[in-house]
Amino acid sequence: MARAGWRLALPGLGWLLLWGGIPLLIVVAYSFMGRGIYGGVERGFTVEAYVQLLDPLYLGIIARTVLLAVMATAGCLLIGFPMAYVIARSGRWRRVLLLLVVLPFWTSFLVRTYAMIFLLRDTGLVNSTLLALGVIDTPLDLLYTPGAVLAGLIYGFLPFAILPIYASLEKLDPALLEAAEMLGARPATRFWRITLPLAMPGVVAGGLLVLIPALGSFLTPDLLGGAKTTLLGNLIQGQFTTGRDWPFGSAASILLLAGTFLALTWHLKRYGEGGHRS
Amino acid sequence: MTRRLPWPLIGGVTVAFVLLHLPVLVLIAFSFNASRYSLAWSGFTFEWYRVLAERPAILQGLRASLLIGLVATLLATFLGTLLALGLHRLGTGRLRRNLEAALYFPVVTPEIVAGISILALFALLRVPLGITTVIIAHVTFCLPFVTIVVLARAAGMDRSLEEAAMLLGAQPAQVFWRVTVPQLLPGIVAGALLAFTLSFDDFMITFFTAGPGSTTLPLVVYGMVRKAVEPTINAISTIILLVTAVAVLGSELLRGSPLSRKGEGDRG
Repeated sequence: MARAGWRLALPGLGWLLLWGGIPLLIVVAYSFMGRGIYGGVERGFTVEAYVQLLDPLYLGIIARTVLLAVMATAGCLLIGFPMAYVIARSGRWRRVLLLLVVLPFWTSFLVRTYAMIFLLRDTGLVNSTLLALGVIDTPLDLLYTPGAVLAGLIYGFLPFAILPIYASLEKLDPALLEAAEMLGARPATRFWRITLPLAMPGVVAGGLLVLIPALGSFLTPDLLGGAKTTLLGNLIQGQFTTGRDWPFGSAASILLLAGTFLALTWHLKRYGEGGHRS
Repeated sequence: MTRRLPWPLIGGVTVAFVLLHLPVLVLIAFSFNASRYSLAWSGFTFEWYRVLAERPAILQGLRASLLIGLVATLLATFLGTLLALGLHRLGTGRLRRNLEAALYFPVVTPEIVAGISILALFALLRVPLGITTVIIAHVTFCLPFVTIVVLARAAGMDRSLEEAAMLLGAQPAQVFWRVTVPQLLPGIVAGALLAFTLSFDDFMITFFTAGPGSTTLPLVVYGMVRKAVEPTINAISTIILLVTAVAVLGSELLRGSPLSRKGEGDRG
């Protein structure tokens, strides 16, 4: 039985190894090579690309990326938790509400980012509405700001936070809350001492599902941000297109990948098997 | 439901749900607005959809997206289903658990890293970028999703049916095609629909692997968005949303999770 299993699994595993695994190894190797003149790499071993990452300019980009990603994660959790809570306790509305979260979860990120441009630009809906209402005289500069990038990240990744939190809240046994109430615990106490601790695996999983793509985001800062909101994703993209510095782009990618897997390893250690079930 | 939710909570969450959907709804609405420049509503029109059909770049983009989406979906579904079956038969040992965990590796790899790394491999192999490279890349990121969905279905499969068929003298191939596959079919189709959605929507990985003749719809949209905001972008966006929404809904219904499973619970 096990041998038949291997035979079936082999083509798929082989495909993933060849087109998913080996490319990552190449990027690791490239990050230790020199820069080729017309793109590509020069053979040899050097840590130059990593040293380059320590340049204050790039450290600034890394710090900005982490800051924006952490803020987006906090925003998604703060907005997503009450949403997940209401969905979990919405009775017959639950299916409809879940559908309203699942649809944006899967629909085009590019289209949703464009929708933000459509709303936020000078002649967009937000500015036109405010102008028409007489709240402002001249359009506000909403687009191409760090604020727009943060809003775009929260808007884009919010469903990623809601679903895991919902999954853990839905498993919560109401009898626990009833017992606490009978023993005299106030609503706030019940929330902080029972609901939140039991929902914590979902909160952490949801946080990671936002943090990881936010750290590597490219489209959001590219389309909603200005020159001052270059993030790690834009830096990497630039090195592999116009910048033509593949070793440096590779080193930045490895940094991003290392951050991602550190976070995931911590999560698996802390929350074990439940980690990816939710 | 033991207790009513407080009104401020319901109010706040309602606002959040509205904000989550308002941008896309506004975008769709204005794909039917007659005015080109102003946001003022000046009448209903299909003009922007008609304009789309006259632009060769957009039609080629749609063709490339559909072709890549279909081929990548077929390949990913085939390989992903076999992988799921293989893993399912490996039992529940440590190896199987590790392999299953490894499936999440490509899922959580930042898209941009997946994109540049497969580009690096193509460059190393001196494969010219084009429709083939995009399809290979798409199969790679769709495959784990198919496997995860089919594996979930396989976990709920009744082993005794396969055993009964074998005891009754069915050949392994017969058991596979007439007992195993029909039981897995909803999962396979759900995985395929998901794969198609992911492929049809993908921007980042396509961006790095596309070459002549493989400019997909999202790449066309990206190019247009960077130049100017115009109602035709709203029209293409609406089409993309429609295609993916149908695929996602189908996939969710077939998987029976989390939507319909909870629904059944409610009814019961």
